[in-house]
Amino acid sequence: MMRTSEHDEERLGELLGLLSPAPDAWVRAAQELPRARQEIDEIAARVEADKEFRAAVTADLEAALRAAGYELDPRLLPVLRERLSA
Amino acid sequence: MSLAAVADADLVARCRRGDQDAWSELVSRFSRYVYAIATRAYRLESHDAEDVFQEVFARTYERLDELREDASVRPWIGTLTRRLCVDRLRAVRPEQTMEEPADPLDTEDTLAKLDEAWSLHEEMKVLPEHCAEILDRFFARDESYKMIGDQLGLPAGTIASRISRCLAKLRRQLEGRKPRFQPSSRG
Repeated sequence: MMRTSEHDEERLGELLGLLSPAPDAWVRAAQELPRARQEIDEIAARVEADKEFRAAVTADLEAALRAAGYELDPRLLPVLRERLSA
Repeated sequence: MSLAAVADADLVARCRRGDQDAWSELVSRFSRYVYAIATRAYRLESHDAEDVFQEVFARTYERLDELREDASVRPWIGTLTRRLCVDRLRAVRPEQTMEEPADPLDTEDTLAKLDEAWSLHEEMKVLPEHCAEILDRFFARDESYKMIGDQLGLPAGTIASRISRCLAKLRRQLEGRKPRFQPSSRG
């Protein structure tokens, strides 16, 4: 059996304190990842297929996305840029 | 059955099938662990920790098919997080040549404690819900007695004794669980 003492409970408290929650925004962004990836796939496919959209994206990616109604998380812009330049 | 009660292996299988809710649960389930490795074991600055956190889950999402044992997803994510933390430290502190950060023994000790903490976190699921919540609020979320009392609709003056009772309940529960959980005397 485990030794029971006040010290054990102090240690339990210490261990419980180690796993504090990650910031909500970080968790939400990671949870949204599949949808974001899907959106990136859609944008990349449209850039491939739509000459006019491709020109707009090349000129100003963020403005082109806004004009086309995409609401991509700004943190994913580098991912999209990398995808489009591949 | 709520997704929170689904076993890790089943959760991974659901994620592979493209179940968005399962993915949300997977992120939620392991977010504290990843966060703790980055910020407590490797002591990354907040912006570096956030990048590592997102990268861990991005790679997890992309590479779930490479996981050989679905039930081992937590240690797999842990290893991935450690590797990305080391990469990040090398990038931000290129003068540091050792594989681990400034005090590797300290890092290893913290990682071992985090594994103990994880086991304890799992044990909390078996506690009565009010106990799990009150202990989590006090120890993990660092909420005051007043805040806990306000949130749970309890007199602030009773919170300390409730915490003590719940902690004792958790300890008694653990007594029958050895050797799965065996608090060391370190610390």
